[in-house]
Amino acid sequence: MEHEIICLGCPNGCHLLCTSKPGGAVDVTGNTCDRGADYGREELLEPKRTVTAVVRTDSPRVPWISVKTTRPLAKPLIPELLEELYRATAALPARRGDRFIENFRNTGVDVVFTRTASLEEAT
Amino acid sequence: MIVEAFVGNVPENAGFGAPPGGTNTPAKVISHMRDLEYDAVVIGAGAAGMAAALRVHAAGFRVAIVDREDHLGGILLQCIHNGFGLHWFKEELTGPEFAERLAAQVREAGIDVYLNTTVMDLVADNGMKSLIACSAEHGVLSFAARAIVLAMGCRERNRGNIGIPGSRPAGVFTAGLAQRLINIDGYAPGKRVVIIGSGDIGLIMARRLSWVGAKVLAVIEILPHPSGLTRNIVQCLHDFDIPLYLSHIVSRIAGQDRVEAVEVTPLENGTPNPAKTFRLECDTVLLSVGLIPENELSKKAGVQLGHDTGGPRVDAHLMTSVDGVFACGNVLHVHDLVDFVADESSRCGGNVAAYLGAGLSAGGQGRVQAGPNVKYVVPHAYVPGQDTQFSLRAMIVKKRGTLQVKRAGVVIKRKTLQHIKPAEMIYFKMKGTELGPAGPDPAPIEISVE
Amino acid sequence: MNDVFDVAIIGAGAIGAALARRLSAYDLSVALLERCADVCFGVSKANSGIIHAGFHHPVSSLKARLEIRGNLMFEQLQHELGFPFKRVGIIVAAFSYEEMKTVEHLYEQGVANGVPRLEICGRERLLMLEPKLNPDTVGGLYAPTGGIVEPYRYVFALVESAVRNGVALKTEFRVVRAQHDGEAYSIESEAGHRVRARRVINAAGLHADQVSAAFGAEAFTIVPRKGEEFLLERNAAGFPNQVIFPVPGRHTKGILVIPTVEGTMMVGPTAVETEDKEDVETTSDNLDRVFAQAMYMVPVISKREIITSFAGSRPVLPGNDFYIGISRSAPHFIQVAGIQSPGLTASPAIAEYVKDLLKQDGQGLTEKAAYDPFLPPSARVREKNPAELDALMSEDPHYGHIACRCESVSEAEIVEAIRKGHTTLDGIKFYTRAGMGRCQGGFCSYRVIKIIARETGIPIEEITKRGGGSRLLLGKIPVAQGESSEQQMK
Repeated sequence: MEHEIICLGCPNGCHLLCTSKPGGAVDVTGNTCDRGADYGREELLEPKRTVTAVVRTDSPRVPWISVKTTRPLAKPLIPELLEELYRATAALPARRGDRFIENFRNTGVDVVFTRTASLEEAT
Repeated sequence: MIVEAFVGNVPENAGFGAPPGGTNTPAKVISHMRDLEYDAVVIGAGAAGMAAALRVHAAGFRVAIVDREDHLGGILLQCIHNGFGLHWFKEELTGPEFAERLAAQVREAGIDVYLNTTVMDLVADNGMKSLIACSAEHGVLSFAARAIVLAMGCRERNRGNIGIPGSRPAGVFTAGLAQRLINIDGYAPGKRVVIIGSGDIGLIMARRLSWVGAKVLAVIEILPHPSGLTRNIVQCLHDFDIPLYLSHIVSRIAGQDRVEAVEVTPLENGTPNPAKTFRLECDTVLLSVGLIPENELSKKAGVQLGHDTGGPRVDAHLMTSVDGVFACGNVLHVHDLVDFVADESSRCGGNVAAYLGAGLSAGGQGRVQAGPNVKYVVPHAYVPGQDTQFSLRAMIVKKRGTLQVKRAGVVIKRKTLQHIKPAEMIYFKMKGTELGPAGPDPAPIEISVE
Repeated sequence: MNDVFDVAIIGAGAIGAALARRLSAYDLSVALLERCADVCFGVSKANSGIIHAGFHHPVSSLKARLEIRGNLMFEQLQHELGFPFKRVGIIVAAFSYEEMKTVEHLYEQGVANGVPRLEICGRERLLMLEPKLNPDTVGGLYAPTGGIVEPYRYVFALVESAVRNGVALKTEFRVVRAQHDGEAYSIESEAGHRVRARRVINAAGLHADQVSAAFGAEAFTIVPRKGEEFLLERNAAGFPNQVIFPVPGRHTKGILVIPTVEGTMMVGPTAVETEDKEDVETTSDNLDRVFAQAMYMVPVISKREIITSFAGSRPVLPGNDFYIGISRSAPHFIQVAGIQSPGLTASPAIAEYVKDLLKQDGQGLTEKAAYDPFLPPSARVREKNPAELDALMSEDPHYGHIACRCESVSEAEIVEAIRKGHTTLDGIKFYTRAGMGRCQGGFCSYRVIKIIARETGIPIEEITKRGGGSRLLLGKIPVAQGESSEQQMK
């Protein structure tokens, strides 16, 4: 089956036609460079996205704190990750880069804070 | 010193809406106005203000940053998505991360920062500039400075600006306000949402709303092509099966108390065809219909504004029509990447340092004009013999186009562009040698794309 | 509630407010009943804020008499209540000699009505008064006694003064039925609340016909005449010195160019009779028409400077005059209906007139010893110079916390509005101007919402734009939809 995919490898946005072949191979046409072929293959077989979100904290002073995945996560896992994030509460203080979730579902993807939030008064 | 709160250890709730008796009540009682003196005062603590201030400080001058918000970083704190920093920090970052990195540099440098402080007036005659600001904590502050940097950013166009007909119920938000409500305050502006405008903020919000459980019914775009980046069309709309209606307008907002529906009408040959109007039942309308440089203070300072950018007209040094008043970032013209804001503002800071120190190059400046298919070029002037970074906004969509610079009718530079889109600012540099030898009265240059 | 009020006023717009405040000077118990969440949320909200000079209506009409008398009362009211008011003058610009004939007619009518200092201007005089006027003008009328007022601040101040002098204000009290038991009316609201009052004044604006019916009084029909206006930003190029009128048409005064007291400007209003009283929708057809007419008078007006547009409806009765009188069919019931333009101008005179009707109806009026006509002044940061601001902040540092950047409104002013009972986003907007400027609340509304929550204890999700079902936020994230998984990625 053919899938039309817009390449995001560069701002050109080539329209790729990707066809999966038996044995896991993918035929890509419409690309103007090799990166396009790679992009099409991955987007067809295992599309991934970086997820950014906010997590509830235990402090009314900074009630929500922003987080991101350290690497793109497989698309089908994103709803699960979001549900986990909405259930969770982050304990402050937290520093930018601190890990909040480690190795989510054994994907090797972590969730880290993208900002620093302390409990102290501003000085 | 007075450096009070940085992004990161900012009590988000310490300002407006804090619990009574909390940090909301400043302890200090102000008895008289305070006079402060700096070499330069930067208005705005977003990426532009911080980048400019860092450069002025690095050159050894005393600089202060004044901002009305309670944190450094401006709007970046609510832009929790990624896609920032690739040019400036050579690393992909989210908005808060970008802000914190710059803020850390400001903190390390020991630059004085006045937060929760609103500039009320700016008087900029030649010579010393004076600036009146106030904050609950510091009282009324009177700054004197030799140079001022305008870095106030921009604001969103709203319903009134584009004149959407219909009733005036609750549930109509600008995309940025909705972003703030969700990402900082944790509240959902709505459950069934129609987004007007396919600019990047609107697209980012389509994904954000979907990820917090709201249903985004459609994005309505008046132009025949999307206003946002392809990446965002794919990852924010296609991923969620959100339809994008190009060449469509919202012809009516309906609902007494809260939004109940919008009516969408297609444009045919540029005019609405009411016969094909359809209705989308929704409770919320988000507007992502462009940004406007925020220049109220610039007007107070007597700075000349340009209709093309909506921001100040600036010379080759990013100095406005008022001597010693500079402008950079989104207050000058609306950028699409914060990286370019930081770059432009850092250069602006370098020019401010030169102005304060040895003086700016005295050579005559030539005008820079927007040629065919170009909405505007910044800066509006150049100095021959001096390397110059230009920003321009195209008005056409084209693959493999050409950028051309003419001086006195002669082409002095030609450059192939892989793609030309109004949504993507064209950022290009010209060497001093390309811009010709210095002279007393340089001829205008004209920049075009085709 | 067992207390019986001497008087209940139905409707807290300009008329009800002026009446309540006037009656608060007497030893009377007065209830002011308003269907909306705040006062001035009906007809008066969309008022253009013009204090008319009194030359538009024939001397035989009740309108003209009350208009002139009302006009002359505004200095005193401003002195007592401190709302923004300026006697900037009104001009009527003619663009043909035909139109000049109408100007002459207006002049004679105005003189007959007793309008002071009215003059007919030649082209040169008119252009001197209003240099932005289209130089094609041939002359016009100048009425220096015309003025402008901020309509909501006027109404808010009247109500505040009334309440300070003992009037009981009940908002969200939508009258649905009333019964007279021989002694007093029992007035019932939609929500089931009751108020008893011996005398009732119907100042219900667009809904005066329904209220009249609920009391078994005269049958009449109010026709909403919708008007749409455009608000332009501060320092707009077309900001005029005076209110500029075209030569009027048969039913309306035409499209005007209006400077507001606060430095913004308005063009409009249109005039379209509608059937639906709740219809305050704006349409796309009006913009070009309104601007074409306005720009014909003042060519430098620019659409680029539009901040917002809004619409409201005037309550119109057949014959176009005011209907003010003691009911012939319902006991102790006074009609104040059909109060369209120049109702705002006439409002203090109407209050005076109705007070006399009450007396005529047998109501004893004894002046109250404790009546205080003055309101304590309330500080506005945007009107202060640095030294004044500094002094203000030594009283309350929150005057230095600017919540609305476009209109320079401080947190202290917002708190004041809330403490005076304005707890919706629109109520605070009309009281303080927070959200009324060029960004239209893009930057300040979340702050105002938080301050309302903090000051009132209302949960954030229940804060409304203007009461009723106009909730601003629909819950915390994530949103529960019952279809959330379908919502996730495909």
